[in-house]
Amino acid sequence: MKRLILIIIILVMVFVLAGCSSGDREVLNILNYDIYIDRDLLKEFENEHNVRIKYDTYSTPEEMYIKVKAGASSYDLIFSSEYMIERMIDEGMVNKLNFDNIPNYKYIDQDFKNHPYDPNNEYSVPYFWGTLGILYNKNTVDVSSNSWEILWDENHSQRIIMMDSQRDSFGAALKLLGYSMNTVDENELDEAKDLLLKQKPLVMAYITDGAPDIMVNEEANMALVWSGEAVAAMAENENLDFVIPKEGSNIWIDAMIIPSTTTNQPLAEKFINFLCSTEATLRNIDEVWYSTVHTEAIKEVDEELLNNPAFNIPQEDIDKMEMFRDPKEFIDLYTQRWTEIAVQ
Amino acid sequence: MKNRTKYFAYPYIIWIIIFIALPAFLVLLYSITTKESDGITTIQFTLENFKNFFNPLYLNILWDSIYLAAVSTIICLLIGYPAAFIISNAHLSRRNTLLFLCILPMWMNMLLRTYAWMTILGNNGILNNLFSLLGLPTFNLLYTKGATVMGMVYNFLPFMILPIYTALSKMDRGLLEAADDLGADKKTVFIKVILPLSMPGVISGIIMVFMPAVSTFIIPQLLGGNKNMMIGNLVERLFIINGDWNFGSAISIVMMLIILLSMSIMNKFDIDKEGGARLW
Repeated sequence: MKRLILIIIILVMVFVLAGCSSGDREVLNILNYDIYIDRDLLKEFENEHNVRIKYDTYSTPEEMYIKVKAGASSYDLIFSSEYMIERMIDEGMVNKLNFDNIPNYKYIDQDFKNHPYDPNNEYSVPYFWGTLGILYNKNTVDVSSNSWEILWDENHSQRIIMMDSQRDSFGAALKLLGYSMNTVDENELDEAKDLLLKQKPLVMAYITDGAPDIMVNEEANMALVWSGEAVAAMAENENLDFVIPKEGSNIWIDAMIIPSTTTNQPLAEKFINFLCSTEATLRNIDEVWYSTVHTEAIKEVDEELLNNPAFNIPQEDIDKMEMFRDPKEFIDLYTQRWTEIAVQ
Repeated sequence: MKNRTKYFAYPYIIWIIIFIALPAFLVLLYSITTKESDGITTIQFTLENFKNFFNPLYLNILWDSIYLAAVSTIICLLIGYPAAFIISNAHLSRRNTLLFLCILPMWMNMLLRTYAWMTILGNNGILNNLFSLLGLPTFNLLYTKGATVMGMVYNFLPFMILPIYTALSKMDRGLLEAADDLGADKKTVFIKVILPLSMPGVISGIIMVFMPAVSTFIIPQLLGGNKNMMIGNLVERLFIINGDWNFGSAISIVMMLIILLSMSIMNKFDIDKEGGARLW
């Protein structure tokens, strides 16, 4: 009898506790890059709308795609990069948005609309944009050549940080060779692979997301980084600077999409609208330091930030930039070559 | 009452089925099917995944992992045996403190402890600062194979010390006295009595260090800088980034076989079948 009572007590507690955690509040499942939002905004949205946000992070678009494709968890809102969004739209993994619920969409700069990944602006709302470049230490690195070649400089052996992200690392090598970052030519890709293999003995580490810290501590002399990482690092160590090589670089747009697995699209749209407000955008800029797509927020950004070419990227550099496209089936070759570099 | 107690095993059996047997079966299934298999109707069996693995590139990684794990295990043994010996011979009051100190680091998250090593080994880290203070040249310590081995030794050392300590402390002291009385010197006592009696602990320690070391992926990632992949990194990459679960599963199966094989070889050396410190 005692045991029976014990079992009943346990069962009751389990149900009560389970009730506590999910409650009757609506839940919003979000998947975002690491370090890519002011987390306090999540709290505020939760309190304002009496909902609960489950927040999950990832480090590369490829990782996100696998996670979502495997379907183990159903996200309501995903932040990702244009070429992966293009692929997901193609594969029918993304819902069309109801822009009536996102009035703040009017603040998004026209320059970031109508791009080939979402030509009619039906599926995505731009979040931040930026580029790829070299963060370097002015005291040790000479960047007068202004070329991607800097990353292959033997004088800095074991002091170069590369990115553990296939499209970005290949992008730098392809541009140095004078090819498109979106090449679907196997020979060009192989040449880029050889170049990256040649670089491997010089590389200190392949890292995503940790490079700015290493640079701030002056552990390494240069690192392949995204522009916002450079802004953050330069703010902490004045010896650091950022260069966008003359061969041209990548311009990327990260956007918010609602995957077809969502169970609460109106709430996700409400959250998108919330993030598109001027105040939320300004606070996110303060946190992630990437260039903004917001027409109002840009007017209120500090003078100092506007003078930083990693934030306010010069037009002549933008003119030489290329946006990643989804190479469709050819992506397998990228993945394969990148794995071959990694295992060598 | 005796009949009833067997029911207490049921939760564990259910646990094993859901969390060990089923996943292991799925891994096996993935390893022998093609990527295109999508549901039970379209399932296609293949051995291609295993064939792919016998590519020099991947075999090199396998060899590297085994080598690094073996080096770490040997270092752990060289440090761990004397440590366990000292602890087991220490006075009772000090023995508990020593054991406590040995387990203490495990209270902290492994990731955190490994991050701490990054600030110790870095180019401007504590060690290199110390070197330059003493007028010595500085070294590239972080993001090398050495750093990976260092991290593994540090993280897995308690798993070597504890089973050896258990074996040593369970040893019948009377045997040592008997050996002494019969005229054996200290060296002979150690080689002829203590060492054989502690072998079960040593074997357990080797297995408990080698297994996590050969399959670790977070340590080579953080301390090795992703340059020298270990087999665990390859599996992680295949699953998380490449989305090639079939090939990843095949490698996992090969790893399981290697571990099973090395364990059965180890058990051959296990002299004392009744030994208290054995794991299985």
